Amino acid sequence: MDQPITVDRRELLKATTGLLAGLVVTGSPLALVARGRAWAVDLKTFTTPEGAALMAVARTLMPHDKLDDAAYALVIQAIDSEASKDENLRKTIKEGVGALGADFTTRKERERVELLTKVEPSGFFQTMRLKTVQVLYASPIAYAYFGYEGEAFSKGGYLLRGFNDLRWLPEVPLDDSGAMPVGG
Amino acid sequence: MAHIEHKDAGAVVIIGSGAGGGTLAHELTRRGMKVVLLEAGKRQSQETFSQVPGEAFVQLTWLDARTQSGNWGVARDFPTLPAWHCKTVGGTTVHWTASTPRLEPWELRAKSTYGDIASTSLIDWPIAYEELEKYYQLAESRMVVTRRNGVPGLPASNNFKVMHAGAKKLGYKRVHTGHMAINSRASDGRGFCIQQGFCVQGCKMGAKWSTLYTEIPRAEATGNLDLRVEATATRIEHGANGRVNAVVYRDSAGRELRQRARLVCVAGNAIETARLLLLSSSSKFPQGLANSSGQVGRNYCHQITGFVWGIFDKPVYSWRGATLAGVVEDEVVNDPQRGFVGGYRIELLALDLPTLPLVGLPYGWGRDFASIMESYRNMAGMFINGEDLPRSDNRVTLNSAVKDQHGLPVANIHVDEHANDQAMRKHAQGQMSKMYDAVGAKRIVLGPTPPATHNLCTARMSADPRDGVTNAFGQAHDIKNLFISDGSALSTPGAANPTLTIVALALRQAEYIAAQAKARNI
Repeated sequence: MDQPITVDRRELLKATTGLLAGLVVTGSPLALVARGRAWAVDLKTFTTPEGAALMAVARTLMPHDKLDDAAYALVIQAIDSEASKDENLRKTIKEGVGALGADFTTRKERERVELLTKVEPSGFFQTMRLKTVQVLYASPIAYAYFGYEGEAFSKGGYLLRGFNDLRWLPEVPLDDSGAMPVGG
Repeated sequence: MAHIEHKDAGAVVIIGSGAGGGTLAHELTRRGMKVVLLEAGKRQSQETFSQVPGEAFVQLTWLDARTQSGNWGVARDFPTLPAWHCKTVGGTTVHWTASTPRLEPWELRAKSTYGDIASTSLIDWPIAYEELEKYYQLAESRMVVTRRNGVPGLPASNNFKVMHAGAKKLGYKRVHTGHMAINSRASDGRGFCIQQGFCVQGCKMGAKWSTLYTEIPRAEATGNLDLRVEATATRIEHGANGRVNAVVYRDSAGRELRQRARLVCVAGNAIETARLLLLSSSSKFPQGLANSSGQVGRNYCHQITGFVWGIFDKPVYSWRGATLAGVVEDEVVNDPQRGFVGGYRIELLALDLPTLPLVGLPYGWGRDFASIMESYRNMAGMFINGEDLPRSDNRVTLNSAVKDQHGLPVANIHVDEHANDQAMRKHAQGQMSKMYDAVGAKRIVLGPTPPATHNLCTARMSADPRDGVTNAFGQAHDIKNLFISDGSALSTPGAANPTLTIVALALRQAEYIAAQAKARNI
């Protein structure tokens, strides 16, 4: 039960509709997205440089170096979509990202952290942090990366799929637990 | 299912279909009483429960606007969500984690046991443990609680193995997979727990007791229940004699309707129950219904909570398995030597990946925050469930500056933590940290206080009518045919997760209502 989980392509598409629609005619959707720019075509509200800066913000807020750009692109997609329906949000994000400077995307991480720390109390920062936390860890790409297996009802739960497979500590005496309801 | 006319003045109206309201509806209808059950939320089922955590949250949670104030961590960390309970048929029994411990006898004598503690409004319960005990037994049998009545315990999950090993290293003795209203074997027409780890999203197995698929369908089968969904009670009305006689509510289209009532039982969860009583003020009851004491909304308790995560160098996969199936009960004692009164439970806990960073981890960002998330596989989790002390000014009030979708003032929840609460949390997080240290944790992360899931005591039972809102049967001191049937009625919270006590009190209240109705006293 220790093996990493692979992303089911259909599941991925279900969760990323909108972002990847139209892009997945051939090849791996991740590869297409990871090449950069491809996700930008779906932006409704922000310019490509703004989108790139927001990507850099999300990556600085929740830095997982080996997590694919596609997972971060979903965050930007969600903010872009909300901002297209919410003028206040659009303004907050546009002004916030503008204030970070045109070279934010190419700055070193240490400098990006410094710049973000300065604006931490702002609505821009707090919105970006919340949205990043909400969206980044909720996609099948993140599930796969962090090893999270998600819903289990459709697979019969974890009862026979590793809920008690930990072997590096002593077993719990039966008096303090209970027997398995089925063989196994 | 019965159809009860709006003009039918013979009906019992119950507001809320959770642990208290759903159980009461079954108990009254099976005794032949006609019941209109008003539920603000929609009806879901084992088929419709979403297994996407974010969707399930929206599907089940009470998300109407609320405000909050006070120095508790929730106001800082979750400004728009002071409490996390449900708005759906079955109420909070749809998302609960099904831990069903009993209160201890001394917890029902909180004031006598703890003595005079400054800045608290402690009272003793008007019921002795010995009286409550038989209803606990009934409730445990009804809910098929594990490790009671010969029902086997749940098997040990990975997350519990870590907890158990750590607890034993510290010398704790009462450590087990908990008294849980989760089938360890098929029972009650419901299947057994297959360890999905999706208790909070609605149990698709139905292994976890919920009024949604136990009490409510049984009440419907009597032919005496008229369940109305998306029916939001906005006001309880009374006659010149001071007895309540109708409930005004809005249907899904926002239309205002009025159901006449012989008696009214309020079970809308402690925040909404208090709000509804306050919203129902009249020239006769200018402070709100049942509020001549001024106690409605006061003494709000939510139990002390807080997460502790242990990060290890080997996998735990904490999400696999029943979310809360593990407990250490050794700290459920009153030992002021620890620096506080009252007790706490240490309970097992895991959070799914999307929910962990939103609810379970302290505010943060950057490399440090990300490094915790990177350890998700190797993380074990626990949290505290401890007794908080009632304070008169910790209360639910109406906030007229903010209106809900019906144009009514929302509830404001104000909580200033007592020094006792803080000392208890510190002690508990210290003990939990030691447990994880003892089994080799590489890092320990103390989480925030999450939005309150146990909302209690805002219309409490009291022997003296000046101290509370109802008598020992949840019957309003001021109004004979008005009852409180949810966690609002608890006199003090104790350290037990409250649902079993709410169900036990509902079973007892149903007996009382039936007897009083038969004797034509109400």
